[in-house]
Amino acid sequence: MVNLILLVSILLVSFAVGYVLILRVPPLLHTPLMSMTNAVSGVTVLGALLLFVTRRTSFEMALGLAAVVCATFNVVGGFAITERMLKLFKRRERSP
Amino acid sequence: MNAPGRLVVDLAIILLLIVGVALFRSPRRARAGNLIAAFALLCAALLAFYHEQFFALAAVLIALSVGAAVGYCVAMKVDMVRIPSMVAFQNGAGGLAACLVAFVEMSGEAASLSAANIVGGVLAIAFGGVTFSGSMIATSKLSGVLRQTPVKLPGHSILLAGLAVAAVVFGVLSGLSAPASTALLLGLIAVTLVVGVVFSIRIGGAVMPVLISFLNAGTGLAAAFCGVVIQNRFLIVCGALVGASGSILTLAMCRAMNRNLAKVLAGLDARLADVSESFFHTESAPASEPDDDRSPLDRAAEAMKDAGSVIIVPGYGMALAQAQFDVVKLARELEEAGKEVCFAIHPVAGRMPGHMNVLLAEADVDYEMLHQMDEINPRFKETDLAIVVGACDVVNPAAINVEGTPISGMPILHVHEASHIVVCNLDEKPGYSGVDNPLYQNPRAILLFDDARATIGQLSEALAAASGEAGGGE
Repeated sequence: MVNLILLVSILLVSFAVGYVLILRVPPLLHTPLMSMTNAVSGVTVLGALLLFVTRRTSFEMALGLAAVVCATFNVVGGFAITERMLKLFKRRERSP
Repeated sequence: MNAPGRLVVDLAIILLLIVGVALFRSPRRARAGNLIAAFALLCAALLAFYHEQFFALAAVLIALSVGAAVGYCVAMKVDMVRIPSMVAFQNGAGGLAACLVAFVEMSGEAASLSAANIVGGVLAIAFGGVTFSGSMIATSKLSGVLRQTPVKLPGHSILLAGLAVAAVVFGVLSGLSAPASTALLLGLIAVTLVVGVVFSIRIGGAVMPVLISFLNAGTGLAAAFCGVVIQNRFLIVCGALVGASGSILTLAMCRAMNRNLAKVLAGLDARLADVSESFFHTESAPASEPDDDRSPLDRAAEAMKDAGSVIIVPGYGMALAQAQFDVVKLARELEEAGKEVCFAIHPVAGRMPGHMNVLLAEADVDYEMLHQMDEINPRFKETDLAIVVGACDVVNPAAINVEGTPISGMPILHVHEASHIVVCNLDEKPGYSGVDNPLYQNPRAILLFDDARATIGQLSEALAAASGEAGGGE
């Protein structure tokens, strides 16, 4: 029970912190913001990795490996695409 | 490492992530923010390798490399118009991963799951399943594999409600059977996958930004619930953060369309009976000043030449015509001719929140020239010329003047207040909402209906000719 309360409070606090931080992101950056947070949601890769800490049947291993591939695709692709986008946002020197 | 030590390290990584997100407040620092967030996740992954012994380590490492390599290569190749489709696809991959992890954890032999774990697991499977199939539909719509228009099945809402009830039943049953029965969990997955499809197919076109934001939030929550089932702080924190961000963007998009989230998701926005039809119905061709026998292009050139201040209003039509580079070139030429030029961006222009900003940034616009709606609207009154490129609903004054249309009450860019308006749209058909645009009847509007790229090119030439004449004549 203590554990449940702890986990739920972590969830609520993080949601609140995220809410406050992200309200202040200007609309100019909403697309990169979404693609970055999308990459962060690939944090499930940790969950997928931790499946392999216990011995698994081969069926479970196959699913676990699929989860690892999907989640790393999400994380790496998400951060890479965000980096590409943010590189485009620049201030131009006023030249003729 | 002992437990308090681990907690400190975990908190440090979480703090790093929060700093990364906080840096998104300014375009100059966002890039550092992104890299810091990426670094935080990398640390978390390395830490897992440091603390734990993995079975089948080689296979795990191969899976990691494959996912990373494919993810990187695809991300490097995709062009900016297709970003929304790509983000939806990645989002789906994340949802699938959460669903799979929770499924393995729940169905495994270990089965020492507490009530909290079970609830988290069922929710993770459900959210993961819905966001996976929903994102796949979204990405297919955005990439043109499926048609963009909403698909409405007979009894759509009832079907969806029935499926949702089925999902809840499967969820509760598998939660009660300990250890959870694999068959019930598979049933839950199957139902949630169908829910995702049925839910997403009736959303389309200009409402896509809402769907994508919503799915983004869903994947975040799936990851957070996945964290509850495996009792991992990182997953919970990161997932909740993404959930918060997705929720904010979803609400912002709804606000920008003056729509209620529930109605958007229930597909009620899809073209109400068009009460405005009789209001706007006109037999005549778009009004042009009858005593003016010059071509619209000449009049547009004149308006450009005389203007001191110009606001360019791009819409998704510009992206479809691939005209952004030409538009930016024109903006530069106008600036060189001594005019004050800026861009007005509507929050839902494009296919995901803020998409238009990225498209213009790619075309090398200084981001200080990109002005968001609330900031620019008061300035249209004092502006000599507004150039609309491929935008219709977001500049449709019927949203302000006419009651009862699908866009009534939606905040728009006040283009109609500018002294002159040049409209470079493909045709005079209504936008996605299906509401005719009275802007086309405005006597101050100069209509150039054609492919935006061609039109903008002609405007560039006309401007060069006009300033050439002016220079030569004086």
